Amino acid sequence: MWDVRYMVMKQYDVSFLKKVSNLKSIISYLKRMIQSIIFILVAGAALGYAGFQFMKIRRNILLGKDEPTERDTAKAWQNVAFVAFGQKKMFKRWIPAILHLFIYVAFLATQIELIEIFIDGVFGVHRFFAPYLGVLYTGIISFIEILSVLAFVGTVIFLIRRNLLKVPRFHKIEMKGWPTLDGNLILFFEILLLIGIFSMNGADTVLQKLDPAHYPDTGNLAVSSWLGPALFGGLSEGTLVLIERFGWWLHIIMVFVFLNYLPKSKHLHILLAFPNTFYANQNEKAEVENMPEIMNEVKGMMGLVEMDESAMEAELPEFGANDVFTLSWQNILAAYTCTECGRCTSVCPANTTEKKLSPRKIMMDIRDRAEEIGQNLDSGNPEFIREDARGEGVTLTKENYDDGKSLFDYISREEIHACTTCMACVEACPVLISPLDPIVKLRRYEVLTESAGPSDWLPMYNSIENGASAWQIPDDRDKWAKEAIASNE
Amino acid sequence: MAEFAAEGRRPEILFWVGCAGSYDARAQKIMVAFAKILNEVGIEFAILGNEEGCTGDPARRAGNEFVFQMSALQNIEVLNGYEVQKIVAACPHCFNTLKNEYPALGGNYDVMHHTQLLQQLINEGRLKLQGGGAFEGKKITYHDSCYLGRGNDVYEAPRAVLEALDNELVEMKRSRTKGLCCGAGGAQMFKEEEDGSHRINVERVREVVDTGATILAANCPFCTIMMNDGLKAEEKEEEIMIYDLAELIVNNNQW
Ligand code: SF4
Ligand code: SF4
Repeated sequence: MWDVRYMVMKQYDVSFLKKVSNLKSIISYLKRMIQSIIFILVAGAALGYAGFQFMKIRRNILLGKDEPTERDTAKAWQNVAFVAFGQKKMFKRWIPAILHLFIYVAFLATQIELIEIFIDGVFGVHRFFAPYLGVLYTGIISFIEILSVLAFVGTVIFLIRRNLLKVPRFHKIEMKGWPTLDGNLILFFEILLLIGIFSMNGADTVLQKLDPAHYPDTGNLAVSSWLGPALFGGLSEGTLVLIERFGWWLHIIMVFVFLNYLPKSKHLHILLAFPNTFYANQNEKAEVENMPEIMNEVKGMMGLVEMDESAMEAELPEFGANDVFTLSWQNILAAYTCTECGRCTSVCPANTTEKKLSPRKIMMDIRDRAEEIGQNLDSGNPEFIREDARGEGVTLTKENYDDGKSLFDYISREEIHACTTCMACVEACPVLISPLDPIVKLRRYEVLTESAGPSDWLPMYNSIENGASAWQIPDDRDKWAKEAIASNE
Repeated sequence: MAEFAAEGRRPEILFWVGCAGSYDARAQKIMVAFAKILNEVGIEFAILGNEEGCTGDPARRAGNEFVFQMSALQNIEVLNGYEVQKIVAACPHCFNTLKNEYPALGGNYDVMHHTQLLQQLINEGRLKLQGGGAFEGKKITYHDSCYLGRGNDVYEAPRAVLEALDNELVEMKRSRTKGLCCGAGGAQMFKEEEDGSHRINVERVREVVDTGATILAANCPFCTIMMNDGLKAEEKEEEIMIYDLAELIVNNNQW
């Protein structure tokens, strides 16, 4: 058994002063101090840069409009708990759901381990929790080890599925280039992470026998207790120490790399799935959001309410959306949350019959456009200031931004015209994204602001407006009933 | 409705017919069938006739909110004028708009889809289905409309009605939450489909054919029209008949 007090003293090196005379311990102390300093610098830089990137994403999301929607908070939390945390909608397909669950739980479990890695890294101690937690420690680390292996199995199967099996939804045109690389890169991260974890734990288990004073007993770890001796048994203590340090650093560096890679990746959903399910629309899927501005104007025209004169005189506002500025920030949050899984596209009737529309592409386009605007805003280039707003001392802001482009440069008219508003995409999405919502907004912009849109629809509008029917037919609306009664008599 | 109002009476329920039901020859038959059922079970109902207008569903989904609001607000004026409380619609698009979208405009009603009312009538024993009907034991498949199914989560009521008809229900590959659209929604009914490999109704009809069913049951006049066209395109109109649930009941009971 370990003398806990001795261990703690050892870890904090309060005994250091007594040993100053000993050259070896000075060197060892310096080594650890340098490691601590390097760790603090690396961690600071990694966290700082990640934070910087996440603030940009937040800024990009908030380029969207604030759309006041009623939300039942209890239901919102329920969605977070079941859909984001519990992955309820993934379980429509069992096999991918379980493999995905391995990766996801491994991700969550690794967060616990990170706490220790940070303490060890900053204070130059080793496996800080091991002596305190005892069996529990063995349990937690074993759990993480098993999950890491399962996550690895999951990732490999997913990669085979993605690259070798011809699952059509992974090979649509919007997946060319970065999206496919993005889906594959995660394997390399996963492999490196795994090498890190097991060289760290494996070498450690061997070292525990050789130098118990510095390497506290972790108990029998599920994987490393046999993998360690098998791989590293018989190596010199010096080599083992190096392998252990290599693994430890590789592990934490992979975590930092991943954190900084997230903002560019579809894997951002592991964080944004939580807010996105919270802010998801809670209405019946078939309910299209009302436009009170237009309702009030029509009510005014019909004499149902007093006309608001000031509103009448104001410049005709823009209706619908043609860019991220006119979408809601929830739409943009959804775009950043999109996992690019293509479940929506694989059930879309338009896409199934090879129309240009792909609901996944709609979400990816919104994200790309938001990124483009974000980068232009960062550049501060006055060329992006709306012409009539340019002038001495005027700086580029989202209010005066105009790069001469819009979302319609990404999404063609043909795409939005192909939608049957069938809600299959909304139903299919595992993270409660509605690709239909931006599609309707784009249609609204086209019809209401541009007075454009499919000419086939004009007769329908006219006959609803003039004849109160979707078809222009001069008959009485109850002709069928009169005829039926007549034929019965 | 005007006649009831003139007599100072109020019908049990307002039957909302919709544009397809009013003007499309195929859909009119569904409306006649449903009206017959209501008569047979003795439900006092009214229709609005020329006072009914398009709910605005296709205009709203095409993006034309102005036209939607004009039509919807006019309808709400009429409905509120008659103090209508209960509405049954034989079209899931009308049903959805009346139920989910009119409240935000000031129209609050208790709205049912006709398959829901049919299920209720069967459960209450008011609507009795004759045994040994024309469909007993026949292979039948059911097409979930988007606006009743996914849009409003009504999957069981129509199936319960089919079960009461005592026939063998075979589900299509894509059904319930995964049901494939007929291609009419989102105002597609009123325009040509965009370019693609084939039409959506054809895709769906192929699935119907795969089930081996001889009868296709639907709950939506638009689906009925679309699927009928699809059957013709695939030259299956002789082998597979499409009926609305209301028509199945009327045929079964030989009313
Ligand atoms: S709602 Fe539109 S985009 Fe979504 S699945 Fe249906 S047709 Fe495709
Ligand atoms: S919108 Fe949803 S279903 Fe579609 S690709 Fe993104 S995450 Fe998947």
